[in-house]
Amino acid sequence: MRAAVVTFPGSNCDRDLVVAMEAVFGTSVRRIWHQESDLPSLDLIGLPGGFSYGDYLRCGAIAARSPVLGAIARHAERGGFVLGICNGFQILTEAGLLPGALIRNAGLAFVCRMVEVEVAETSSAFTRGYTGAATVRLPIAHHDGNYVVDEEELARLEGEGRVAFRYRDNPNGSRGSIAGVLSLRRNVLGLMPHPERAVDPLLGSVDGRPLFSSLLAAVGR
Amino acid sequence: MSPLEITPELLAEHRLTAEEYARIVEILGRAPNLAELGIFSVMWSEHCSYKSSKRHLAKFPTEAPWVVCGPGENAGIVDIGDGQVAVFKMESHNHPSFIEPYQGAATGVGGILRDVFTMGARPVALLDPLRFGDPAHPRTRHLVGGVVAGIGGYGNCVGVPTVGGETTFHRAYNGNILVNVMCVGVAEADRVFYARAAGVGNPVLYVGAKTGRDGIHGATMASAEFSEASEARRPTVQVGDPFTEKLLIEACLELMQKDCVVAIQDMGAAGLTSSSFEMAARGGCGIELDLDRVPLRETGMTPYEILLSESQERMLVVLRAGHEDEAYAIFAKWGLDCAVVGRVTDTGRMVVRWRHSVAADLPVQPVSGAAPVYDRPWVEAPRPIPEPADDRIAPVDHGTALLRLLSCPDLASKRWIWEQYDHMVMADTVQGPGGDAAVVRVHGTRKGLALTTDCTPRYCQAHPRTGGMQAVAETWRNLTAVGARPLAITNCLNFGNPERPVIMGQLVGCIEGMAEACRALDFPVVSGNVSLYNETDGQAILPTPNVGGVGLIEDLSGMVGIAWPHDDLSLLLIGESTGWLGCSLYLRELCGREDGAPPPVDLAAERRNGDFVRKRIRAGEVLACHDLSDGGLLVAVAEMMLASRSGVHLAIPDGLPSVAGWLFGEDQARYLVVVDAARVATFVAAAADAGVQARVIGVTGGDGLTLVGHPPISRNSLCEAREGWLPAFMGEGSS
Repeated sequence: MRAAVVTFPGSNCDRDLVVAMEAVFGTSVRRIWHQESDLPSLDLIGLPGGFSYGDYLRCGAIAARSPVLGAIARHAERGGFVLGICNGFQILTEAGLLPGALIRNAGLAFVCRMVEVEVAETSSAFTRGYTGAATVRLPIAHHDGNYVVDEEELARLEGEGRVAFRYRDNPNGSRGSIAGVLSLRRNVLGLMPHPERAVDPLLGSVDGRPLFSSLLAAVGR
Repeated sequence: MSPLEITPELLAEHRLTAEEYARIVEILGRAPNLAELGIFSVMWSEHCSYKSSKRHLAKFPTEAPWVVCGPGENAGIVDIGDGQVAVFKMESHNHPSFIEPYQGAATGVGGILRDVFTMGARPVALLDPLRFGDPAHPRTRHLVGGVVAGIGGYGNCVGVPTVGGETTFHRAYNGNILVNVMCVGVAEADRVFYARAAGVGNPVLYVGAKTGRDGIHGATMASAEFSEASEARRPTVQVGDPFTEKLLIEACLELMQKDCVVAIQDMGAAGLTSSSFEMAARGGCGIELDLDRVPLRETGMTPYEILLSESQERMLVVLRAGHEDEAYAIFAKWGLDCAVVGRVTDTGRMVVRWRHSVAADLPVQPVSGAAPVYDRPWVEAPRPIPEPADDRIAPVDHGTALLRLLSCPDLASKRWIWEQYDHMVMADTVQGPGGDAAVVRVHGTRKGLALTTDCTPRYCQAHPRTGGMQAVAETWRNLTAVGARPLAITNCLNFGNPERPVIMGQLVGCIEGMAEACRALDFPVVSGNVSLYNETDGQAILPTPNVGGVGLIEDLSGMVGIAWPHDDLSLLLIGESTGWLGCSLYLRELCGREDGAPPPVDLAAERRNGDFVRKRIRAGEVLACHDLSDGGLLVAVAEMMLASRSGVHLAIPDGLPSVAGWLFGEDQARYLVVVDAARVATFVAAAADAGVQARVIGVTGGDGLTLVGHPPISRNSLCEAREGWLPAFMGEGSS
């Protein structure tokens, strides 16, 4: 597995994602700086949680226009895997790599808790390992996780089986309780819950592991 | 500079007395100019100089074999084995938070983070003891909402988990809330940095945000009483930028890997002035500053303003000469301003240049070392007289009493607050908020740091010495209850106006009580902060010496929490119960009385019981543990039961002098432990051998709390009582 994690100024889950990936992949994970525009050949690029560039504009809006995003878009075009978690998900929607947008939580407050998430789609390289698991427990920690998408797009997402994760008890007002979505080619996943915080039994859940092990199996090396 | 006309108004504005001014003239051999007067004003403020508390703070024990650095530096340091150290401190941001709750609390978080990473430690946890006024007071809800949002807004963005704290309410804080923040970091023992300038000719580097006019006189404001007029001081509250702080953390820690940092200090209270004076004073050298090189955010700033600005997210670094380019490259990478603003000298003087002239020229040692120290008069608080327990029975049954206690503001769940804090970022939070102590894994190891903050202000009010002892003892107990070895404490001593002998008596009493407990428990003080003048219009807060404790768990597999794993386990009470209801929450919430004496603290029993419990936890015999504190036995049982999503059958022993005292008394040095039924006999025998009282009081299982001989209370109703109050309070009306 040739995996890398991007660090934007203000990313704060980059290390956590590297640690989780390395634990499951068993290989070292490359760090990418936000100003890099030429990337080596990679199987997977992770966009971590945090507050890229402070997120003083819309969450992810500035990061979506950073040099590295061009390279990530090309990687995705080539069919490479891209995983955006929390702020990473926000960046992917801002960059147009995923449909919809993430706006302020319906309750207006930041919310950090362990939530139950339904794996809505197990036929993807990200979620195949969840086959048979109806619900999993993953932590969320965000202020802007309220997924919005128009009626037409929602129908498309649902119809094409691109809703990967769905909250059991919607914590942020997301349309259709959507917690994570796949791109049309199913090689880009964005999700608000933090699978990287759920790979170690000491932290209360290991339900994030199958996501990483699915990818490892899909890449096959 | 033009000669300065010294008027009583000018001195009052700078919070300097006529005697203090005379001393300044004596030190200088001349009258100061305005910039110099400003420097003395902040350096000799209560906040920076500890002039009222210094002689009493000396009573704290500060040494132990595992203490690497005690009070006097930016933060305290203890050894946690394997060449690693924990670095921690607590500070207050009370006044700014009352004036502007969001920014006040946010910048409080920013300031304490800088105190920790300036020593080379990566911050790994934040904890916030908060004290608000009466929930019925019209401002309380606004203050709670703003403070919580401010702490979350800053901590969540910098990516340091907020894992614990306390939130309580009392009318004594109506006009003066307390917002204290504790930060804990981890560093390599051989990579610790101090704020001691050295090396003549070494450049002094300014790093981080630009300097503006915000926060001028923050330190002096923190050293004055409050009044209605304080509202007009809103412009003196600083504004935080957690994004810049995050960059500053990463850039400074990266620079510290390079062997080119001689000394480093954050620009906190009193900004550039105190950081440069403190670094020069600790290093016994001088510094020349060139204010024309300071990155400014506003035009037309005077030397006075540049020197006293408390703009946030700024650091001062003494570099090894010749390494400037290395430093520039790192700060450029992180997009931060950085400029050489001065040099280290051997003159012992701080010479400040501005526009080709000298704006200030002061001897370093007298300004930072010869601040006045006051032995303020104080009166010892009388010991309150305990009353017989039997006239303190509330006219309600025990079940109703329990429900009322669980839903009272002090005991109600604070989930509404801590769910707004990212308590899991960094992926090392093993026990988050809601238990006795939070536990944060030391990254990449099997070790854990147990962290807690504690204080029971109503005990401190009733008898300061006992209250001070109790705050330390409860901290120690909370660390013990998760299986940690308590290492050391930091503290934040929040009191009223020390110029009043009664208040000074509270401060002295609390300090002496704390010191006694620290000695008895081998639990030294390694850092701290004093916040005085917490009064509004002559109304003082309850004495509130918040204690922050750090303990070590060598192997996290030996840790316990408050939730028991399954049914049919035995619940044991460790420690002696006399049914002490004086100063209890039961008395306050159900009888409407705040009188009586606080529970006595028997430090020998505290140590004996705690050492026994910790040993049994580490031997793997204890499946869950909870310390007993506010609300007593029944509240603790209910909390464990709710965390376990289980039930419990509880026996009431025969022949008790007072059943209410047994259920709700707040005797100290007690724990609840859950043990496998088959192991109870050996457990009780081991307790007897250790001289520790242990008795079986119940068995786990079922779906509610059943007091034998009383109707059961469903888990749902307990849960609703505990979880309902705060969201309902914060949701009422519009904000």
